[in-house]
Order: sequence, then C-alpha cells, then structure tokens
Amino acid sequence: MERDKNFVLGIYDDEDVLLNAVTQIRQSGVKIHEVFSPYPVHGLEHNLGYRRSRLPIAAFLFGLLGTTLALTMQFYMMKFDWPMIIGGKDHASFPAFIPVTFELTVLLAAFGMVGVFMVSSNLKPWGQPRIFDIRSTDDKHVMAIDLVNNSHLERERIVEVLKASGATEVNNKSFE
Amino acid sequence: MAHQTNYNLDQRFDFTAATKKAIFIVGGIGAVLLILGIIFAAMGGDHGHGDDAGHAFHWTQRLFANLWINNVYFIGIAVIGVFFFAIQYAAQAGWSAGLLRIMISFGYWLPIGAVLMIVSFFVVNHDIFHWTHSYLFDVNDPHYDRIIDGKGSFFFWPMEKGSFPIFFIVRMVAFLGLWIFFFNKLRTLSYDEDLRDGTHNWFAIRKWSAIFLVVFAVSSSISAWDWIMSIDTHWFSTLFGWYVFSSWFVAGLSAMTLIAIFLRERGYLTMVNENHIHDMGKFVFAFSIFWTYLWFSQFLLIYYANIPEEAVYFVERLESDIYSPWLFANLIFNFVLPFFVLMTRDSKRHSIFLKVVCTLIIVGHWIDHFLMVQPGTLGHNGGVGFMEIGMFLVFGAAVTFVVFTGLAKHNLVAKNNPMLEESYHHHI
Repeated sequence: MERDKNFVLGIYDDEDVLLNAVTQIRQSGVKIHEVFSPYPVHGLEHNLGYRRSRLPIAAFLFGLLGTTLALTMQFYMMKFDWPMIIGGKDHASFPAFIPVTFELTVLLAAFGMVGVFMVSSNLKPWGQPRIFDIRSTDDKHVMAIDLVNNSHLERERIVEVLKASGATEVNNKSFE
Repeated sequence: MAHQTNYNLDQRFDFTAATKKAIFIVGGIGAVLLILGIIFAAMGGDHGHGDDAGHAFHWTQRLFANLWINNVYFIGIAVIGVFFFAIQYAAQAGWSAGLLRIMISFGYWLPIGAVLMIVSFFVVNHDIFHWTHSYLFDVNDPHYDRIIDGKGSFFFWPMEKGSFPIFFIVRMVAFLGLWIFFFNKLRTLSYDEDLRDGTHNWFAIRKWSAIFLVVFAVSSSISAWDWIMSIDTHWFSTLFGWYVFSSWFVAGLSAMTLIAIFLRERGYLTMVNENHIHDMGKFVFAFSIFWTYLWFSQFLLIYYANIPEEAVYFVERLESDIYSPWLFANLIFNFVLPFFVLMTRDSKRHSIFLKVVCTLIIVGHWIDHFLMVQPGTLGHNGGVGFMEIGMFLVFGAAVTFVVFTGLAKHNLVAKNNPMLEESYHHHI
C-alpha cells in the first residue's frame, strides 16, 4: 500500500478550539488526514465526519464464530468422540452446553474485536505506527493534513487556514 | 443558567378525552373477554376430577389465579417506577432528568394496587395458597405435611400454625405500606422542587432514595417469596427474589420507554431526544439479558443436579402440553427478540423497533408471571384463554389510566432539577 509521506501538522492547546477548527478547516475545503489527542474529545468524530465504526459487526461475527465453535466442539466430544453418561442425561444435552458456549462467544468476540482493532489501526505487532508528534500523548492535540491528498491547494494556503483556526504551532512532518 | 434553551419546561400532559376513550376501549374489550371467559368456564366447568389435594376444581379458582397474577405483575411494575426514580438520584444520574416524572408517576398505582392485593389475598386464599390449609399442620390429619409444617412459622408466627397467617399479612402490609410511604415522600419532594430554587430538594430526594433502595432490596426479594414462591410450597429457589425483580424491572423499563415515546410523538417532552430513548433501550436490552441470566441460572442448576424435589418445578412446566409452549414463548419474547432486535444502535434510536419490542416484553413478562403462578395452582386446568387475556387487558388499562392521571397532575419535566442542563447535552 502506497503511504503518503508529507504532512502539515497543526498543534492545538484547547479541545474547544480544536473542535471548531475541525469544522472550519473542513468547510474551507482542506481534507484532514487524522487528529490525535491525548484523551477522547467528545464530538470530535462527529465534526470530522467519520462514519460509524464497523467494529461491532466484526465483534458480532467473531461472537457467532465462537458460538458455532463451542457447540460443534461439545457435540463432537460428548456425542461422537467420547460419549459419557453424566447424571443420567443424554450424551448431547444442550442446556449443559450453554455456559461453555456463552464463555467462548464472549471470548472470541472480545479477542476478535481487539485483533481487528489492532490490525485496522496499524497497531499490529509487525506494523510500524506513525508518530506524528509525541506531544499528542501528553498535552497537545495534533491535526495531520496530508499534502498529497490536498494537492489542489498550495501549502501556504493550508498553513494559513490552520493558523486562522487557532493552531498554536504549524509544523512539517515527513516520514521515510 | 448560562445556557438558554427553548424547551418549554412548564408543559403539562393533557390527558385528552381521546386518549381516555382509547384506554376505556381496551379495558372494555378486556372486560368482555373476561366475562366471555367466565361464561365458558362456568358452562363447561365443574369437571369434578379431584387433584392430589383432594378437592375438585372450580372455575373461580382460575379467575382467582388470574387476579393474583395481574396483581403481582402490575404492582411490581408500579414499584419499579419508584425504584428506577430512586436509582437516578442515588447514582446522581444526569441523562435521565427529563424522564423522572414518567418514572415517579408509576407509583400512583401503588395505593390502589396495594388495597386490591390485600383484598385479593383474602379472596384467593385457599385456592391459590396451598399452605393456608390448616390440616397441613395437624399431625393427626392424613394430609399432614411435614415439609410445609417446617416452613409454617414463616407464615403464621407468632400465632399457631394453620390459623391466621399473621406474619405473612404483616409483611405484605408493611412492604406495600413502605413502598407507598417512599413513593409519597419522593413524589412530594420532587413536585415541591418545581416551586423553589437551589439544590435542597435534590439532596433530600437523594437521601430518601438511598434509604428506599435498601428497603426495596430486602422487601422485593421477600415479597417475591411470599407472593409467588409460596405457591409451590415445597419447592424453593435461592435466586427467586432477583428473578421476579428482574422480571418486574424489564417490564417496568419497557413501560417507561413506551410512555416516553408516546409523549414525544404527541409533542411533549421536547427535551427528550433519541439519545435519551437510546439509553432506555440499552436498559431494556441489558436487563432482558439479566433476566435471561437469572432464568437460566435457576433452570441449569435444577436440570443438572436433577434432584426430584427441585426438578418437579420444571417437570410441571416442561412436561405439560398446556405450559411448555408458553415456557418457550417466554424465552423468545423476553430473550431472543430483545437480544437480536435491540442489539444494533439504530434499533434503539428509532422508536418503531422499541415500540414493538417493549410491547412484546410487557406481554412476555406477563407470560413469565403466568408460568410462575398457574402450574402450581391450577395444574392441568390452567392455560391462556379469554379469561387470561381479558384480565390482563382490564388491569393494563386500569394501570395506564391511573398512571396517566397522575402524570397529568404536574409538570412533565422537573424544571428546577439541577441535572437538567446535563440532560440537554446528553449525546451518545
């Protein structure tokens, strides 16, 4: 996958300024690559115009997989592989399978969701996450603007828009 | 307040003649079905086959069973309104500030329901509660029952076993009385808040709410043993109290959600938007799963251990042609439907899904109560017929009427509630 290398960063001190800046910048036709903030900012996704996360769908499918695996496993073990009579019940006694089924459903849904999240946000073990500005883990909100994606605009114009929106600093960032 | 809003906080619910008429029509249909049911039962009745207890079945017994099912069910929903109101204060919840008046208005059924309940107990007496028979406690009687005799003090203390169930009655009156007392306290403080500024009332309500929650934690459990579990006198289940509570809770939450949607559709409660409805939907979804968890916990242990005196409870229900379809219907209405329909975010934000699911849940938990009461009292003479549907509709209409009348008495929004501002900005 071709990854863009050259970015302009706007650094913000205040979340309210940031929220307004996002709206303002999007209105002026600049496309925002991503915003990094040290804590969740309420309403940021909405202002960025993000579509709803599809993570719950992944969770549901992984949960379904867990249910299927658990039931198949137990039916196979109890009915075919090593049938045992426990408490006078049928070999395949469905109610007794529910706790294990429930646990495996939850386990796979949770693990699947974490895994999908890791992969989709480039936090996978073999991935190299891009650090735009280390201060976004501390006290600054960092807005990254992709120069390739905004090639219809002059770089100066983007800097101007960022400054006008209340950015305390505007920096460049390039990746190898 | 720094923030200016356009919400009309002085709005009152106008209980229009049209709404009243609709409720009366539902109640009327119920009454007709009930009378039809009684006529059919009386005509076809008196089969005369004696059961194990040794007395013949009479159709009035079925009427009494229905009376008891609906009494317990609707008084549960009513007290859940007060309980959920108290929860909001004890948890210092802000999102729900616009819905508080809906919750508290459920309590208006409590005084009426309490009187009905106490009167019904004396009416249904021997027909529903096997343990009220005095011969069970007489060692010389052929029907002497050692197990029930052992539990006798729980009903009759300090009087002689088999006489007048004084302890049972005292508990019933005390619990209902306490619930009504706390309802009145919370209601008065909440309405009084409309007349004054400041946070004095909010803190007072929080204090009373906390006390009520402790009282309710104990009384809800014990009332479930008394009013329902004592029907199957030999049998017991340690989580029965929570199980009945969760059944009441889901039904109550569904009823609150339905009323909130009803009011919004008629232009009331403009400050309540899809975010608040979404949260109510989450509660219904989550507590449906909670109910299922308790139902299944009770079932699985009994099924797995397979001890005859415990398993008989489910044998009575699962082996019976009358009750086993309803047992599965119970699980479909109260678990499968809410679980799959309310799982997605959109379904909790669009009232059409909630309207369908909440209505079905209210019916579903009635079925749950039906399954708790009828197999132990009517046995093979029970079932869902005109009498059941009719009585449910009559009670439902009466409760709705009382709750709406109470709702119309005061402002729909607690306009001086300090949490209102937080509620306006509730986004999820």
